Amino acid sequence: MNTTVSWAGLAVSLLLVAVAAGISWWQRLGLQRQILIAAIRALVQLLLVGAALTLVISPGRSIWWSWLWVAAMLGYAATVARRRAPEVPHLLALALASFTAAAVVTLGVLFGLHVFPLTGRTLVPIAGMMVGNSMTATVLAGRRLTDELRDKRDEVEARLALGQASRQAATPYVRAALRAALTPQIETTKATGLVFLPGAMTGLILAGAAPVQAVLVQAVVMFLVLAATATTTVVIALGLIRRLFTHDHRLLYLPAPADH
Amino acid sequence: MRAGRRVLDRITAAIPAAGITVIAGPSGAGKTTLLRLCNRLEIPDEGTVSYRGQPLDELDPLMLRRRVGMVFQRPTPFPGTIADNLTVALPSAATGELSAALNRVALDPGLLGQDARTLSGGELQRMCLARTLVTQPETLLLDEPTSALDAEPKQVFETTARDLAGQGITIIWVTHDDAQARRVADRIYQLRDGRLSGAPTEEARP
Repeated sequence: MNTTVSWAGLAVSLLLVAVAAGISWWQRLGLQRQILIAAIRALVQLLLVGAALTLVISPGRSIWWSWLWVAAMLGYAATVARRRAPEVPHLLALALASFTAAAVVTLGVLFGLHVFPLTGRTLVPIAGMMVGNSMTATVLAGRRLTDELRDKRDEVEARLALGQASRQAATPYVRAALRAALTPQIETTKATGLVFLPGAMTGLILAGAAPVQAVLVQAVVMFLVLAATATTTVVIALGLIRRLFTHDHRLLYLPAPADH
Repeated sequence: MRAGRRVLDRITAAIPAAGITVIAGPSGAGKTTLLRLCNRLEIPDEGTVSYRGQPLDELDPLMLRRRVGMVFQRPTPFPGTIADNLTVALPSAATGELSAALNRVALDPGLLGQDARTLSGGELQRMCLARTLVTQPETLLLDEPTSALDAEPKQVFETTARDLAGQGITIIWVTHDDAQARRVADRIYQLRDGRLSGAPTEEARP
């Protein structure tokens, strides 16, 4: 009882994009063009990814192609994180390191302990969930920590002037940043199933999987996302501290973000 | 150097390890930078700063900052009670030590359990001074500590600092207020446009 969407069905669903564009036109939001471009762009990107994925995870293809895909995702996500938070110094390298750490932890547990069999079909989507959520958390944590240390420079330097080491002087601000980055994920996790049905589960049920199976997969994915965001943010925060303070425990000058 | 500009230039001075040395001068003259060089919150692009004969870059910066305490222009309370603030300086401090520190800055030790943000500006600045005293510094750097205070709390702070100097703590006090300089100083250097003006003027103290 697999459910499939035909090309005609896809075309009909474009009506929904028309609804959004129509509302923009009616309320004079001036967003019609952007809505259309976004929808078309998403469709093209998805089709391309679908085609590429078909190649990468087709049966008989070496798993190395999937690993290559994962590495490319990590690299691309790091550049996106840096673009989104240009005021955070050294974010490209830090994001790469933190995504790699999160990958080792999460993929290690899920595949090392045989929660999922290691195939392209499992590796690529799992790593995708991991990277996507880690990227958001990285931007949140990096931005918050940089803001805290810049805005509370007086307080940080007062701590340093009392003889605290930079790691110790930064601890309250690291905590604030980690909490800010992790709290949304915890809230989402708490509300799952009650307020909304998450994407992976919705997709599985639509595609005809048994609801219980869909729930189990979704639960694993949620835990994966929790571990991934916690790992990425802690690596980002501790890494940033090493870059923003000198070895002789001085706080480097942090420019205010450029006004847009 | 800041933004390509020399903040301090060719400064040579040996500040005696006794009493209060005031560095006076208009804002923007480089006074704060000079103080921050003394506890290594900044490092010079050229030249050397020495403390008791040893170049700062040969000293452990964390130990140096405990020996050379600093009070900043604006009070910098940390979240929590006054006791929380003081124990940041020395987590192992006993209540007796905290009370003693408050006594030295004319604050009631009964305030220890109170939230630091309930203090007035003058009390806050003296709490910051007490927080620094918890590390038992030999020298204090005061960066315009009373510039945000009214006349009365300003006077209490000045008296407190003179008392500390009397107890053997060396103080380097930066101010743009010439009258204050004459009230508190044992000697005064003038700093203008990043240059120190020759020998200090000595102030007679009663």
